[in-house]
Amino acid sequence: MMSFSEIETVSKRASKATGYSWGISEEIGKSVRVLEMFNLPGISTLNQYLKKIKNKHPKKLKNISKINKSDEELCPIYTGVSILDNCNRLENINIIKFFNINYPLLIIPFLSRSSEITNKTIHATLDEVKFTLNSNKTIFTNIEKSNVFKNTKELTIEFSENKNLFTDIEWKELYKLSENTFVPESDSLKNSAAGAGLTDND
Amino acid sequence: MPNITLRHPEDVMKLSRLGSFHQSKLSFLRSFIREFKNWEFNRDIFDLDKYGYGVAVYSVRKNKRVYSLICFSQLINAEERSDRVIATKWDAAFVLHDGVPTKKDIERLKENVPKQEIGRMSNKELALSRANRSVRIFDYVVNSLSSGKQPDTNLLNKVGYLYRTTAVYGSGKFGLADRFRIKDREEICGPFRLEMMLVYLVRQFTFDQINHISKMKNPDEFISLDKKIARNLGIGNSTGLGMAPFIVNHPTLLHQWIYNRETALKEIRLIENVKEKEIKHFKFCLEKSKKNIVSWFTDSKYQNKKIKSLKNDLVKFKEYFSNLDFVNKKYLWNEVYLWIDKYLDEECSEYLISMMMEPYDKIIEPLVKNMSSDEDKYFNIPSSRKLLDLKKIIEAKYNSILNINFKDKKSNTFFWFISKNKEEPRIAKRFDEPGSDLEQPLAIARDIKKLYEKISDQNLSKTVADFLVDHDELRHVVRRIFISEKFQYSEIQDNTISETLIPIDMLRLKLSFFGAQKFDPRSDKWLRICMYQGAPLVNELKNSDDNWIYNSIN
Repeated sequence: MMSFSEIETVSKRASKATGYSWGISEEIGKSVRVLEMFNLPGISTLNQYLKKIKNKHPKKLKNISKINKSDEELCPIYTGVSILDNCNRLENINIIKFFNINYPLLIIPFLSRSSEITNKTIHATLDEVKFTLNSNKTIFTNIEKSNVFKNTKELTIEFSENKNLFTDIEWKELYKLSENTFVPESDSLKNSAAGAGLTDND
Repeated sequence: MPNITLRHPEDVMKLSRLGSFHQSKLSFLRSFIREFKNWEFNRDIFDLDKYGYGVAVYSVRKNKRVYSLICFSQLINAEERSDRVIATKWDAAFVLHDGVPTKKDIERLKENVPKQEIGRMSNKELALSRANRSVRIFDYVVNSLSSGKQPDTNLLNKVGYLYRTTAVYGSGKFGLADRFRIKDREEICGPFRLEMMLVYLVRQFTFDQINHISKMKNPDEFISLDKKIARNLGIGNSTGLGMAPFIVNHPTLLHQWIYNRETALKEIRLIENVKEKEIKHFKFCLEKSKKNIVSWFTDSKYQNKKIKSLKNDLVKFKEYFSNLDFVNKKYLWNEVYLWIDKYLDEECSEYLISMMMEPYDKIIEPLVKNMSSDEDKYFNIPSSRKLLDLKKIIEAKYNSILNINFKDKKSNTFFWFISKNKEEPRIAKRFDEPGSDLEQPLAIARDIKKLYEKISDQNLSKTVADFLVDHDELRHVVRRIFISEKFQYSEIQDNTISETLIPIDMLRLKLSFFGAQKFDPRSDKWLRICMYQGAPLVNELKNSDDNWIYNSIN
């Protein structure tokens, strides 16, 4: 079995050899490591993508807007880096769509890191496959683990405010139950427990 | 109170100074011994034939935690023995295993460990190494012991070890466990602690093996290697350029090492009333340490010049210090430091700074716990910041680098690359040799200056993100600049591709933090060192003190 350190190093070097800059290759190394750590096919996907672009290096995505369409297939790495670099601006757009992205799994680690930076949960939908990314700590998905996507027609990402999933009533009920761990203060406890006997009127 | 601050990075982070660093109480060998002195050391398996070939297992144990060193010793022909990292066979190969290895583990490792780089380890293994017997003394010691005589210590002192390693690997190399899997274990919180453990146990194996071979050779007359002599032997290490990029590629870790060293110096200078027993301790260590300097042999002109300067400066210092009036002197160490800085060369200055740490466990121990870094935490580029911020940081943190003229060929003489044969870092002359198109991103000074010139033409209110869209070739240095904003000692303030570069300065910096002594450059690109010379033997650990580094009987 390869260690994650080897996975990161080899991914970085292979990406540099395919024409990415060192700085971008460093990002790719970290991303593939994240995918493999979450048991997603990072190495397989990168390998196939780098083979695909071997003879023609992809163009960069210069600017991200609400809807992102291009005549050419979008590069998941440049798109991912662009989202990462602009995530503080993009979180205000809320829902962003990209069309025709190559090997879109490679974009997921960049979204995961964006979620950490913005402190917002990010929901990503790649055609039928859904991802929920929480602060680069967890990735929930219904993807088949060995599935290497070659292309997605549509990627939707949504920055969502971190909010509670429960109702006020549910919270109050649970809180009430938690109160049963407290000791009711008798008169004697009031006189002897912490702070008793002190007057802090000033 | 005098105004005492941390030394400025532009003074500290010059290669000539970093290449003058010496071991100290912060060094990893010493902190390993302190941390593990109360652990139980055992030899669990010792299955060697009469020539010393076979398998041995040593364990280090405390409560439920066990680390095991598995040693494989084999016959190799003299012509196969090479101390270069490019060798493919070694007298012995070692792996540090997490826990107690099963028979199955040992069988698996027997197939892989002797192959080193082309073998595969699992995440149950933590560190990997190999070593060769010293051609100069190994057989000689066997002959001596087997004929009932202790070996001549004069000869042994010139070498300093029975075995010399050529590499010690850890942190995920060749399938070894990734650092993140074990980093939260309290006993290995310091950097390279497992590598230090491996080398320490290898040292014990070398003693056990040589006694065993000698005994098998002549059981009737054999005597064991004298403990005093053994204690004075360490493990040699040949180190090449592989170490140099490490300190460039791990900026926050480099900062932690230097910052803690500088903090120690600052806190010592801030001591208002230095106690007599502290001065006594300093003098004791300094005096004992001189033995290590006197027995520091090298053929390197470069190193001999430095040793000569060290010896001369120590004479000057002795005179100064013996005439110093300690009575009622406030901030004694500050005064001493200022004198050192003014009158002594870097080699001796850094030596004495290490010595000044000796009496101060209370200052050093908390710093030792702070020598690691969570590097991933600082990987993201704060790309919403403005180019003006970036420019200001460069001007503040890389001022001397901006003065380098990279249009001058002399400033661009070298390039760093990874050799295809051994996947090891190398350096070559840019204008004489092929391969510079595959240059590694280690010319930080050049790229920082390039970035500075690029952003000087830009609208400085632009965000870094917008700038990077068209300049991702500089992304790696943009990341570094934001790291250096937070970590003042994260960058070498020198040109690592200059004609005047002496790569072994970079190696020595790292090796000094390891705790190595007697740097012996064999060229400007690799050197020999000795580790654990003078260290307590495993059965002496419990009662050992931290002055062992000066216990050399040389």
